[in-house]
Amino acid sequence: MDRLLPLIGSFGILSLLAVGGGVAVLPEMKDVVVHQHHWVTSDQFVDLYSLGQMAPGPNMMMVTVIGYRVAGFPGALAVTAAFFLPACALALFANRLWRRFEGSPWRESVQRGLAPLAIGLMAAGVVSIAEVATRTIPSIALALVVLSFLLRFRVNPAWLILASGVLGWASSLA
Amino acid sequence: MSEGQAERVSLAAIFRTFLFIGATSFGGGVVAYLHENLVGGRRWLDEEEFLSALEISQTLPGLNATNMSVIVGDRLRGTPGAVVAFLGMALPGTVVILLLGILYGEHGEKPGIAALLNGVAAAATGLMLAVTLQLGWKEFRGTADVLLAVATCVAVSVFKLSLLTVLFTVGPVAIWWYRPGRNG
Repeated sequence: MDRLLPLIGSFGILSLLAVGGGVAVLPEMKDVVVHQHHWVTSDQFVDLYSLGQMAPGPNMMMVTVIGYRVAGFPGALAVTAAFFLPACALALFANRLWRRFEGSPWRESVQRGLAPLAIGLMAAGVVSIAEVATRTIPSIALALVVLSFLLRFRVNPAWLILASGVLGWASSLA
Repeated sequence: MSEGQAERVSLAAIFRTFLFIGATSFGGGVVAYLHENLVGGRRWLDEEEFLSALEISQTLPGLNATNMSVIVGDRLRGTPGAVVAFLGMALPGTVVILLLGILYGEHGEKPGIAALLNGVAAAATGLMLAVTLQLGWKEFRGTADVLLAVATCVAVSVFKLSLLTVLFTVGPVAIWWYRPGRNG
């Protein structure tokens, strides 16, 4: 329980701060799990994020593994619940409330105001991963190739992720 | 939606549909999978309802994928619908990531695995950047939007301000800037 409570507290707060989604909360999550609690190193944090890219569904399933590494299966369960339930409960009730304000001018103001904020937070999330993920010339090149591919063609990103993993693995054989 | 529908959607059908989306949506583009299954396949939502739910999902904290599952589940069958939709959405990913995490714990240090993950991390960076740029392209309507986004990013990435601080300083400024009757 000594190890579960800090996990639940940390991820419960992160859940409610995730304006702009999973990527937007990455810098804060990295600060909490790497620098404040030392649950994982900054390289492991990015490894786990990469691992999450290979799992289906919501893109922040990596939190489950952080919980598992700190406190086994109870940790995995505690973190998953703490990270998803508060935001889900909020979504349930706020959505019902929100629909009552349909047509209210302030509702439009909140949506218009938070949109650029969310995009700025997502950009900061990209920076927090890029700091570790693109430290070498080949990795910068790979990131740019994937970026330009996605901006130009309609292709399922999963294939690019998979191909990049295979490419990385192949490079270790050389 | 739920009131107007002749036959109620069963909880099992909601669970199955979201389990399918949760198990097949690789690569982060959950919204596209949701659209395909909820508007295209099942016709549980029309285009306008989908966009309205998505708008709310994006404004509220939390992940798009899980917020959408909760909101759509709630519209179809109230709280129980929201619960089964969320469980379906999150279950496959949780099982897969746990298995991958255990493998990583045992083999993560091996050079081949480390190199594989480095490749994935670089690609994920490119992917996140693409998603962010595309969203910015779609949402930005003027200089104010760009300035607000840049200020937010700099506050977090350069000045290392906490997310809470940023949300409660830039947030009110942004909402006030777009207050009713001003700045469109």
